[in-house]
Amino acid sequence: MSVGIDRSRRRFLAISLTASGALLIGATRRVRADAGSDLSPEWIGDDLTEVSPFVRIERDNTIVIGARSCEVGQGVLTSQPMLIAEELDVDWSQVHVVQLPYGYVDTAAGSANRYGEQSEDGSATVAQAWRDLREAGASARWLLVQAAARDWNLGAQTLRTESGQVIAPDGRRLSYGALARSAALIDLPKHPIALKKPEQFHIIGTPTRSVDARNIVVGRSHFGIDEYAADALVAVIARCPHLGGTLDSFDDHETRRVAGVIDVIEISAAQPGSAFDGPLAAGVAVLGENTWAALQGRTKLAIQWKPGPWAKESSSALAGAANSLLDNSPDGVKVRSDGDYAKARRQARHFIEARYEMPFLAHATMEPPSALIEIRQDRARLVASLQDPDGASQLIAQLTGLARKNIEIRMPRGGGSFGRRLHNDYVAEAVLVAKAAGKPVKLMWTREDDLQHDFYRPFGVHAMAATLDRKKRVTGWSHRCAATPCNDGDARLKDRSIYSGCLDVDGFPGGLLANLDKTFFSIASGIPRGTWHAPLQTFHAFAVECFLDEIALATKQDALKLRLDLLGEPRQIAPSSHGGAMFDTGRLAHVLKIAAEKVGWGVARSDGHGIGIACHFAFGGYMAHAFDVSMQGRELLIHRALCVADVGRVVNPLGVEAQLMGGTIDAISTTLHLAITLKEGQVQQHNFPDYPLLRMAQAPRAVEVTMVASDAPPTGAGEMGTPSAAPALANAIYAATTVRVRKLPLMPQLMRML
Amino acid sequence: MSNPPDPALESAKHSPVRPPAPLPITINGKPYFHDGDPAMPLLWFLRDTLRLTGTKYACGVGGCGACTILLDGKAAQACMTPMSAAASHTITTIEGLETQALHPVQQAWIEQDVTLCGYCQAGQIMAAVDLLKRKSKPAEEDIAAIGNLCRCGSYPRIRLAIARAAELMQEKK
Repeated sequence: MSVGIDRSRRRFLAISLTASGALLIGATRRVRADAGSDLSPEWIGDDLTEVSPFVRIERDNTIVIGARSCEVGQGVLTSQPMLIAEELDVDWSQVHVVQLPYGYVDTAAGSANRYGEQSEDGSATVAQAWRDLREAGASARWLLVQAAARDWNLGAQTLRTESGQVIAPDGRRLSYGALARSAALIDLPKHPIALKKPEQFHIIGTPTRSVDARNIVVGRSHFGIDEYAADALVAVIARCPHLGGTLDSFDDHETRRVAGVIDVIEISAAQPGSAFDGPLAAGVAVLGENTWAALQGRTKLAIQWKPGPWAKESSSALAGAANSLLDNSPDGVKVRSDGDYAKARRQARHFIEARYEMPFLAHATMEPPSALIEIRQDRARLVASLQDPDGASQLIAQLTGLARKNIEIRMPRGGGSFGRRLHNDYVAEAVLVAKAAGKPVKLMWTREDDLQHDFYRPFGVHAMAATLDRKKRVTGWSHRCAATPCNDGDARLKDRSIYSGCLDVDGFPGGLLANLDKTFFSIASGIPRGTWHAPLQTFHAFAVECFLDEIALATKQDALKLRLDLLGEPRQIAPSSHGGAMFDTGRLAHVLKIAAEKVGWGVARSDGHGIGIACHFAFGGYMAHAFDVSMQGRELLIHRALCVADVGRVVNPLGVEAQLMGGTIDAISTTLHLAITLKEGQVQQHNFPDYPLLRMAQAPRAVEVTMVASDAPPTGAGEMGTPSAAPALANAIYAATTVRVRKLPLMPQLMRML
Repeated sequence: MSNPPDPALESAKHSPVRPPAPLPITINGKPYFHDGDPAMPLLWFLRDTLRLTGTKYACGVGGCGACTILLDGKAAQACMTPMSAAASHTITTIEGLETQALHPVQQAWIEQDVTLCGYCQAGQIMAAVDLLKRKSKPAEEDIAAIGNLCRCGSYPRIRLAIARAAELMQEKK
């Protein structure tokens, strides 16, 4: 079946011709040619034409495709152009991909983005692009075919395309490049243009290597931190280490003595509710001719900080507060209440409960935050590794008073994000410093800055309880969570419910059980919180999927069968709280069964290995993990790590496999070893030695990824590899050791308990 | 508020006592001189002075390997190597690895599509080059002993790429 183009989307498409005769298919209304340009030079070449393109076809048949999303390691620089190239019907080897800049444009209707959505949130990138980028490619192809039809005086329906050429029934061929000029003069039709049928795909579904691979292996790929400007000073900031603390006084005499130090500037703390998307720490910025000078200058600052209202905060106090709320408080926010859990509790034959404690986590992107900003009289230019250029644009406009159309933003490749770059705090800091200095500034963060001043995944304790009848069927479920909510102090999230990011209304077993209670207790904290690699999902899935194994053990049931029984007959369950994806219980059961079979679930073992499984549904995708582990003395050996995913149609199998492999390894790393802890209102971790990310020797040799074939639209995989991996690993460790660790990180607890 | 300029300090700035002698260093086959702070790590000389940005900053304490370079052919952390120690030595950075063609390690890296975000990869490649110089047929344990951090979790593909690079280097011989 062909899929038509939704007419309402046609307004996104623009066609134009550059002065040298290149055809441009853009993503906004048709715009006059030669009206000046704010397009990037690498995109437009010498031709300055105001359009907003995805596709440029040169007369020599070079196909240039623009990628609109921020590449931070999720592979969009490759997967998005694949969608366009598929419908355009060119060979991937003909394609040259360029990163598009941020596409802000003023329109009569208000602010808009010439490229569509460029800010990443959740695994939506590929799913969103699935429609509009294929349409852009199909429209370009349609125009080229029409141009050839006119040239040959043949019916367009008699023509076909292949490898960037239009082919007539008699075998005559015209290259897209030769047709570009005349194609640009044709209007798109009112009727929808047919997209390819899946069986016609020759790029979508084909394993495709990263388009940046060559540049990366020769050191030529530029990340945000690699940007320099001739007159920019390098700034580093000494930030207040006390949560919510302030600057009392400082002495910069020694700092100013350091060769290469140019200036020292005080930065006030920005508190919740300000223009910023989260609090900024108070600090003192040191500006130098180079990074080393600025860093040396910073070490020479003598600063007196004033601890703020959170001076007593500690991880142990937070855990105490959480447990006390869960023990004693009759209150809490009712997140979900289905049926009559209290009655199920009274009638229960079996009652199981357990608590799971999850620490704060840092993103620790390999490339720490940095931002290069130039503020001129009437313009500003930002170059930084970003995930939310739209937010950065708004922020710069607020801080400088400049019109957004005069703020240029470029997003080079980013060295990881995992949600970190959804915050533009480092952009705000760079703007404040540049304004005060009156000079362009490149703000650098050190690893210490990064681990001490992140937007951490929340801390929380999950109190789980389940009731079962005499046939050991689960009849009721209670999930009470006491946590430091995500949206404290983040103005962008103020309208969201307090439990968002901590407790999922629709999370498992939502919709599967008659009697279900979910309650949230908020714990006050001074530490900034934010989203972290599938934030809600990783936080939620660990408690639920570990608890399922504990129920199975306590009632002597098979943990796989228990899950499959709960999932029941394949059916669609609509989300109760929002317009999100339907939950197909059959698809989740399917991936779980595959994982169990592949890992050898239920096969008796005599080698001391432990097997664990878990599954999770999120973002419209279905995931199961299985682990095979053993202990060798005090060392954990991960013999096998399996990941089975149904994430809809896979655009780039090589890319999705990498995401699932990476997500699984992230889960292993954080589950076993990582925590951000607080003492006396200060983050205790400073650098990799005390935030020990997994190294190769501790990682499994392989992550065995299985992608279930699916015709469903793609859901994206960037966040899918993580949530079910953590509980599957913990369940495997239990199976190998009979030690159930309910507090993360797991290894320090396990070593204590063994 | 920042302090007003100190006159004594200002004059001291403009008449340095004794400028350090420029330090000679060879990077990717080209001679350079460093006339700044001899304590400046090689990392910042490469990045800020020469704009050889393929060598990455990620921790500054020798804890991650993102800044791995070859010093006289052996892996070293540029963030832990002051210019005074690097002086008179020969440095190879990721930009200098490709000569007539891609180094087999670079080629294997592309073949195995190792890259996720890509930020740590230059350091990983330099560490792999160092390993394969020492051991042309590295065992699994030798490969696993590379301690460079990858936050994206590309380790399984790094293993495959190093094994593939070892093959390519054997074929060349």
